[in-house]
Amino acid sequence: MSADDIKLIGIAIVLAPLVGAALAGLFGAYLGRKGSHWVTILGVAIAFGLSAVLFKAIVFDGAETFNGPVYTWLATEGIRFEVGFLIDRLTVMMMVVVTFVSLMVHIYTIGYMHDDPGYTRFFSYISLFTFSMLMLVMANNFMQLFFGWEAVGLVSYLLIGFWYKRPTAIYANLKAFLVNRVGDFGFLLGIAAVLMVFGSLDYATVFERAPAVVGQYFTILEGHEWEVLTVICLLLFVGAMGKSAQVPLHVWLPDSMEGPTPISALIHAATMVTAGIFMVARMSPLFELSETALSTVLVIGATTAFFMGLLGLVQNDIKRVIAYSTLSQLGYMTVALGVSAYAAGIFHLMTHAFFKALLFLGAGSVIVALHHEQDMRKMGGLYRYMPVTWITFLIGNLALIGTPGFAGFYSKDSIIEAVAESHIWGAGYAYLAVVAGVFVTALYSFRLYFLVFHGKERMDEHTRAHLHETPPVITVPLILLAIPSVVIGALYVGDMVFGNWFGSAIVVAEAHDVLGELAREFHGPLAMATHALSTLPFWLAVAGVATAWFLYLKRPDIPDRLARRLAWLYRLLTEKYYFDRFNEVVFAGGARAIGDFLWRLGDRLLIDGLVVNGSAKLVGFSAAVLRHLQTGYLYHYAFAMILGLLALLGYFVLWTPQG
Amino acid sequence: MTFELSDLLTLLPETVLLGITCAILIADLFIPQRSRMVTYLMVQTALVVTLLLLLTSFAGERQVILSGTFVRDTVGDVLKIAVLLAAFVTFLYARDYLRARNMFRGEYYVLGLFGVLGMMILISAHSLLTIYLGLELLSLSMYAMVVLQRDSSLASEAAMKYFVLGAIASGMLLYGMSLLYGVTGSLDLAAIAEALQAGRAPGVILSFGLVFILIGVGFKLGAVPFHMWIPDVYHGAPTAVTLYIGGAPKIAAFAMLLRLLVEGMPGLHEHWQAILVVLAVLSMALGNVLAIAQTNIKRMFAYSTISHVGFLILGVLTGTDSGVASSLFYTLTYVLMAVAGFGMILFLSRQGFEADELDDYKGLNQRSPWYAALMLVIMFSMAGVPPFLGFWAKLVVLEQVVAAGMTWLAVVGVVFSIIGAFYYLRIVKLMYFDAPEDTSPLNPNVEMRMALSLNSLAILYLGVFPGGLLALCQSAILP
Repeated sequence: MSADDIKLIGIAIVLAPLVGAALAGLFGAYLGRKGSHWVTILGVAIAFGLSAVLFKAIVFDGAETFNGPVYTWLATEGIRFEVGFLIDRLTVMMMVVVTFVSLMVHIYTIGYMHDDPGYTRFFSYISLFTFSMLMLVMANNFMQLFFGWEAVGLVSYLLIGFWYKRPTAIYANLKAFLVNRVGDFGFLLGIAAVLMVFGSLDYATVFERAPAVVGQYFTILEGHEWEVLTVICLLLFVGAMGKSAQVPLHVWLPDSMEGPTPISALIHAATMVTAGIFMVARMSPLFELSETALSTVLVIGATTAFFMGLLGLVQNDIKRVIAYSTLSQLGYMTVALGVSAYAAGIFHLMTHAFFKALLFLGAGSVIVALHHEQDMRKMGGLYRYMPVTWITFLIGNLALIGTPGFAGFYSKDSIIEAVAESHIWGAGYAYLAVVAGVFVTALYSFRLYFLVFHGKERMDEHTRAHLHETPPVITVPLILLAIPSVVIGALYVGDMVFGNWFGSAIVVAEAHDVLGELAREFHGPLAMATHALSTLPFWLAVAGVATAWFLYLKRPDIPDRLARRLAWLYRLLTEKYYFDRFNEVVFAGGARAIGDFLWRLGDRLLIDGLVVNGSAKLVGFSAAVLRHLQTGYLYHYAFAMILGLLALLGYFVLWTPQG
Repeated sequence: MTFELSDLLTLLPETVLLGITCAILIADLFIPQRSRMVTYLMVQTALVVTLLLLLTSFAGERQVILSGTFVRDTVGDVLKIAVLLAAFVTFLYARDYLRARNMFRGEYYVLGLFGVLGMMILISAHSLLTIYLGLELLSLSMYAMVVLQRDSSLASEAAMKYFVLGAIASGMLLYGMSLLYGVTGSLDLAAIAEALQAGRAPGVILSFGLVFILIGVGFKLGAVPFHMWIPDVYHGAPTAVTLYIGGAPKIAAFAMLLRLLVEGMPGLHEHWQAILVVLAVLSMALGNVLAIAQTNIKRMFAYSTISHVGFLILGVLTGTDSGVASSLFYTLTYVLMAVAGFGMILFLSRQGFEADELDDYKGLNQRSPWYAALMLVIMFSMAGVPPFLGFWAKLVVLEQVVAAGMTWLAVVGVVFSIIGAFYYLRIVKLMYFDAPEDTSPLNPNVEMRMALSLNSLAILYLGVFPGGLLALCQSAILP
């Protein structure tokens, strides 16, 4: 396939969802509900089909990586701002994952949003999201990356607040917006630093020039020197922390569950939140040059992976449990980036996209069946009523906890092995965190599973009477997602993680090449699975499941007693380590206090009082006084003229030298 | 004095206008009142014919004829065309107003035409004598026009004040001219300019002459402290006359400034600049501040005129060609806006109702969104809001002031423009946010509606595309 073909297909892939979104968004009223969902689904289906074509061309037929401009927006002082595509193996993989999950979610939405008045708007938004996400992953320059980055953020904001009449949804989308501003601020600074240091926004140019600036320093504050690359990488990573919800910028993600469930699956689990992971992997040529940055990434990822998982244990809202699980899994991916196992991180991103979308959509299926009930304390025993949902959910859970053979196992285990192998600063802490995280993951996952699908039926009589499996538009996507959740790991682990599959898309320094080390001990997926049976993570996972079984099926009275006995711990967890409280008091409260102060002092006193009203009063006062000059008497007027004459004459006589 | 036949060709527009005006003066005596439209049509024809004559010989060679008393040049042509256009629109707007007040008679138009002739002479003046001739022809016509409604005490009082003050100013101007003649020995502006070589400090006599002349010019322009007549005359005169006074004569006043100071006394630039700075600052300050205190829109426009005069002086006082060009641009812009503004008062007035109080503009938007929008355009333009023409006028003048190294003066100009924005925006507020007190139907005259709409839209159009007018002004001044 020639470069021109790739470029044309790329343009079509991007535009198809955009056209769908525009049609459904602008003409939804004319197209109707059916028309809207068909036009958007068609757009996304085209994008998925063509993405698959590109995937085949690049991965199997060995087409050249495409890197070139599509449209030049503006050129100023030697810097070109353009829309361009970089289509390599990393990109095509992301494209296929994004469009596939998006397609599944589109179909699922027909069922989930069936009765919603905002039906066409919703389809327009998710198609717009698909467009934005594709722009993000296909970018070949920082400007387009930033465009996509902001565009997905915008759609995320719109969709969290989709039910805009709910105060909680508005609060949540505002929170997501503000927290992401913090991240984006860092990201933008990072891009600005890139532009300043490298004089270009083009990936290829920047990566090429990067090794030359190793050892250069900025002086930001007097007497403090900062290594240029470390600063750039850390700033870019701040962006990733916002988008991929890493501690301490994670607070928006659990609240984002206020959005409709398909959105939680598509945006807040499978795709958008992984943009940060993707971005760091894309920037691997930069991050590899700064160990400080890598260690920071590692420590933050590990912290997120373990501590956010713990929070999942005390949540009662089915979606929130999965949301914390997402946070924890994003932490795993970040850890992988920190130990330079980019391939493993991206691989986990891919498997996670499938099984987490599956879990969310499964949860959505349960929620629909229970008439939008999300509290797990009012569920139980659903396996009798919803067999498809039950089985697919179990598959998703098994993948999530890393059961040998399932997709999640291969990706997560690779990460854990990579951390064990790494010698970078912080690797010891990270290893503890990710291994302990396995137990926590298993515990909260199966707590959820047992509470929802087994045990006593705690829903009310009316709901139980109407309980039945959800329609095919919902169950078919579940089945289609369950398949990759099982097989994709075994299929690709050899190539993607250990086989240098990404080629030149990902750069790893010799000293950090943990996956290269591991590759020597890799003897195929089957051997990896059997070997795992004798390792610590496997038994921790088993212990987690067993504990969940004991606590929530066998002796459901124990959790309450534990909560009472360890009240301080329980409180710490239900308060989410007081992050929200802290933000509200210190940042929100502080900002409001400063704003209030400035409003009082600056706005009301200085600007309104002194400048605006003060000057207005002065002018009004002088007008009132001066108008008396116009007395109406002719001799006053003549007198004024004579005075003017005298003044001017006096000026000339007294001040001008006479010649 | 030598006279050549070819001079007649150069003088043709003025000669034709004079001839037609005299003919109308006589013909009007024999036209019955019910056919007064004939007079009106003849008057407009006179203006159109003069305009065509000017256009056919537009921007020719600079000619000085009649022993150096009369000059024909591009800037003069531009100014005359503007005067004729302004007068044409003025007469059109005034018609219904005059008819409703039993003033639709030949006097208004004949006096108006003589005034136009005076302005044209003033614009083309090349000697002190011609300047005085044109000025008096214009002034005497206007004195009489103010008192056209001779039963109105307000108008009589205004005319009286105008006449007495005008006579004083005229006397001062004449005295200044005589001093100037005494020093230089010539009435010819070119000869005077040559005699007053730059660099030499003026003697006491010359200083006195300059001051007296500046007072004459200041009075004509209405610059503080020689502005006292403006509010009373604008207010007291019938609105149709106020429209006449507030429009075209400003162009003539600018011409007077140009001929006397820029062309006649370039050697004394730094001296007249110092005085003009004082006049400009005082005018902008007093005009804008006092306009705020007014409740009568005609008085408000009077003070607004004073403030605009201050701005107009700013460009001239730089003494540079581009500075003068910016003032020319400002003058034309101002006249376009003033004619539209007074035209709006005339449009809203009717028999027994003057529409000259600010409260009369309340809720105009509910009565007619279109005319409220036009008034909004006029007000925004006067306040100097982009993209209307008034913004560019202020901008080019300020640019030239800054270029001349007087940034502080530009800052003063901006500050007073901001203060001035208040009373323009107050009208907008009244039109859009208050309930109408008067709901009678608007003037149905199609001709007037069209003209007023075109007039106001021209402000918008030229504001969006100011390049043409700007280039015209520059080419008129720059050799």
